[in-house]
Amino acid sequence: MAKKVHVTTTVNGDEYEYLAEAGQTLVDVLRNELELTGTKEGCSTGDCGACSVIVDGELVCSCLVLAAETDGKSVETIEGMANGDELHPLQRNFLELNGLQCGICTPGFLVAAKALLERNPDPTETEARFWLAGNLCRCTGYDKIVRSVMAAAEEMRGA
Amino acid sequence: MATILEDSKFDPQRDLKTVGSNPVKHDGLDKVTGRAKFGADFFLPGMLFGRTLRSPHAHAIIKSIDISEAEALPGVKAVVTRDDFPDIDPGSVAGDMTRTAMAREKALFDGHPVAAVAATSEAIAKRALKLIKVDYEVLPHVIDPVDAMKPDAPILHDHIRTKGLDEPSDAPTNVTERMVSKMGDVERGFAEADVIVEREFDSKPMHQGYIEPQGCVAEYSEDGQVELWCSTQAPFVYRDRLSAILKVDAAKINVQQSELGGGFGGKTGFYPEPIAILLSKKASRPVKMVLHRTEVFRGTGPVSGTNYKIKMGCTKDGRITAAQGELIFQTGIFTGSMYFNAPNAMFTRYDLENVYIESFEVISNRPKVNSFRAPCVPQIVFGVEGVIDELARKIEMDPIDMRLKNAATEGYTTIYGETLGPIGFVETLEAAKATDHYQSPVKDGEGRGIATGFWFNRGGETSTSMNIAPDGSVTIITGTADVAGSRISIAMMAAEELGIDVDKVRITMADTNSLGFNRVTAGSRTTYSVGMTVVDNARDCISQFVKRAAEIWDVPEDAVIYENGECRPASANVGEFEPLSIADIAKQTTMSHGAVTASTSMNVTGAGPGFGLHIVDVKVDEETGRTDVTRYTVIEDAGKAIHPLQVEGQYQGGAVQGIGWALNEEYVYGEDGRLQNAGFLDYRMPVTSDVPMIDTVIVEVPNPRHPFGLRGVGEVPVVPTMAAIGNAIGDAIGVRPQSLPMSPPKLLDLIENRDG
Ligand code: FES
Ligand code: FES
Repeated sequence: MAKKVHVTTTVNGDEYEYLAEAGQTLVDVLRNELELTGTKEGCSTGDCGACSVIVDGELVCSCLVLAAETDGKSVETIEGMANGDELHPLQRNFLELNGLQCGICTPGFLVAAKALLERNPDPTETEARFWLAGNLCRCTGYDKIVRSVMAAAEEMRGA
Repeated sequence: MATILEDSKFDPQRDLKTVGSNPVKHDGLDKVTGRAKFGADFFLPGMLFGRTLRSPHAHAIIKSIDISEAEALPGVKAVVTRDDFPDIDPGSVAGDMTRTAMAREKALFDGHPVAAVAATSEAIAKRALKLIKVDYEVLPHVIDPVDAMKPDAPILHDHIRTKGLDEPSDAPTNVTERMVSKMGDVERGFAEADVIVEREFDSKPMHQGYIEPQGCVAEYSEDGQVELWCSTQAPFVYRDRLSAILKVDAAKINVQQSELGGGFGGKTGFYPEPIAILLSKKASRPVKMVLHRTEVFRGTGPVSGTNYKIKMGCTKDGRITAAQGELIFQTGIFTGSMYFNAPNAMFTRYDLENVYIESFEVISNRPKVNSFRAPCVPQIVFGVEGVIDELARKIEMDPIDMRLKNAATEGYTTIYGETLGPIGFVETLEAAKATDHYQSPVKDGEGRGIATGFWFNRGGETSTSMNIAPDGSVTIITGTADVAGSRISIAMMAAEELGIDVDKVRITMADTNSLGFNRVTAGSRTTYSVGMTVVDNARDCISQFVKRAAEIWDVPEDAVIYENGECRPASANVGEFEPLSIADIAKQTTMSHGAVTASTSMNVTGAGPGFGLHIVDVKVDEETGRTDVTRYTVIEDAGKAIHPLQVEGQYQGGAVQGIGWALNEEYVYGEDGRLQNAGFLDYRMPVTSDVPMIDTVIVEVPNPRHPFGLRGVGEVPVVPTMAAIGNAIGDAIGVRPQSLPMSPPKLLDLIENRDG
């Protein structure tokens, strides 16, 4: 049996310690070891964005990151987005403007949009569309997703 | 069994409180917080992980499979092959299904499952696959349907003879069926035409493209019970088909659907599920299987590719006198493409008199096709609407006026024999003409196209039940799938009928043990059909409320009326009584009479057809051949939009799927018969930056057979898309493309030949 790597990470503010196989991806550990299944795996090749998470402030595809690489780092997933009972403005706007249909792409879009707004609180529609181009949605045609992101951005700027 | 509400009580003047508003969907919160459980999100104690070994050959006899080394690998708990499946005759429906799930005599396409392993980890399962030795005798293969029709083509199944030939032949063939559809006399029709256009078209298979790969957990217990948790559009159909191929009683198979991460028709038939069940049986432990994206592309249902000819003629004043089609549909390794939808739908929306269509379905060495929104129709409408556009240009008529001139209206009898009831095609065309988009001039350097589409809309077997809790809140049990948010629309219709707040209603998607049979969620049938049964449930519950209120007040039942969620005395003569809410009645009578409940099973009919028109502006870069969609408007009749934001979402999502199909998406096969673009990088679906906002206009011409007048809205939005884009590109570059997808190399070719 291949030797495992000891990893210590903070996920959504909680400290986790686990043993990962050397080749094991972050999405695999999140979903199958830590049972944080909010992060989705749609392609495993970095092409759909369903597995988007934030590692030390950087938006990444967790299917392209090895779990071992996150040793000592901080990981944010969809499960950590709401503040207790209080939804993040992005989550609320996605709900109110129907920015989701089946919902499989939603965690990835929300995490990616959060990373966008942290960097650029006032994106143009085109900037938002290009930032979110790494996330696939097959249901919505993107219209209501983009509207939800723009509405959340506006709300957050006002707050 | 009823097929429809005896009296729909549809009333255009009805004062609606909930229907037509946009409440947040009840399943939404779990989806924005990551809590919702999709197919891959379920775990059981002791669960193993399954993986599938797939054929690398497009066509090969499987001489032997040696699994001994794989079985010996530590951590491997079960290996299954064709030998673990019951033997079912080829050529039967179940025979085709079992051979689709697992190759039997032959591997029939690149990606066809040949064996599977369950192990304590995914990594071990993958290692074990490499230890399985399959001895193949590779055979010549055929990918393209036109090649597959040739007399010297490699034959996939010895038992197939073409059905529907005028002169039956006993030669083995890849052509499964021929169908002729006709009305009137096309020869006469063409003779009456002033202008005739005839063109040839083709389209490639595309994939439904759902973001959630198939995922399931199966548990087989020693007494023969099967528990299956999976992502599906059709829990009851899965149960019954699994029963047929595994030879297990349906009552022993319990299918619980998970949240569905997109399907669009692609999850109407199973893939890993029977394999997971057999692995679990062999290992005596639960088994989870989740497909990898490459497996989704190689092994699950694409949409039929087509080759076809369309010929139409019209008079100088725009009246279409004849329409003719010759259509070839690729179906993959077995019959079942639903190609017959195309001849029935391709011209339907125009009140034609003379039509002749000959259709063929053809087998070849690619995965068996699966449904996709309006199966087999959009790729043919691409040609039909192109020809109509060309006719309109030739006679110098506005393209929408040309369609108005030929629009079908109530009373027209279609080619499939249905006499249309009230329909909204004319209203849709008129609404399109009035849009700001159509009224604005086309920008310099751009082109504009329009096209129309039709879908029958469906009903079918539907069962629901309703339970009133003692506090007056309501649970509804459904057995259809929720592909895009139908739960909220169903809850809204129930709330409206009961006269209560929609927040008091919750929907549970039942497992197959808990409810009567529900047909697959497909064909735009769910909100329509379930709307019918929950309104029936609600009316049943209301009559029980009235009965119980009459008892409480000790008055005759007809002295009580139910309105706005409460029972009141019908008139002042009845006596002075405080109104009783559902909660009051439930509280006072549940102990004495038991709960108020209702169950309804219907085989729903009466779905009103849907019509749409798309307007699109494009810009084509003549240097690169790239097309950008700059403006897009969908106009479609919804009958009545229960939840308008949901309806708009259907329109927008369909349009963007169509944009992908129109401009990029196709399967690419190598000479070796292997799929070369089995991933999202090379199979390119539209992303956010590829598309503009999609404007929508919801037309509402009610279907009076439904209590709220609704029509299904799921299929039509993809039907006219490629045709509209094709017409826009034609307007921009001066040549109308005839081959899908209209990718840059093809457009460059057209541009070069135009100028050449
Ligand atoms: S699963 Fe990571 S990008 Fe698709
Ligand atoms: S909502 Fe279904 S994929 Fe985006």
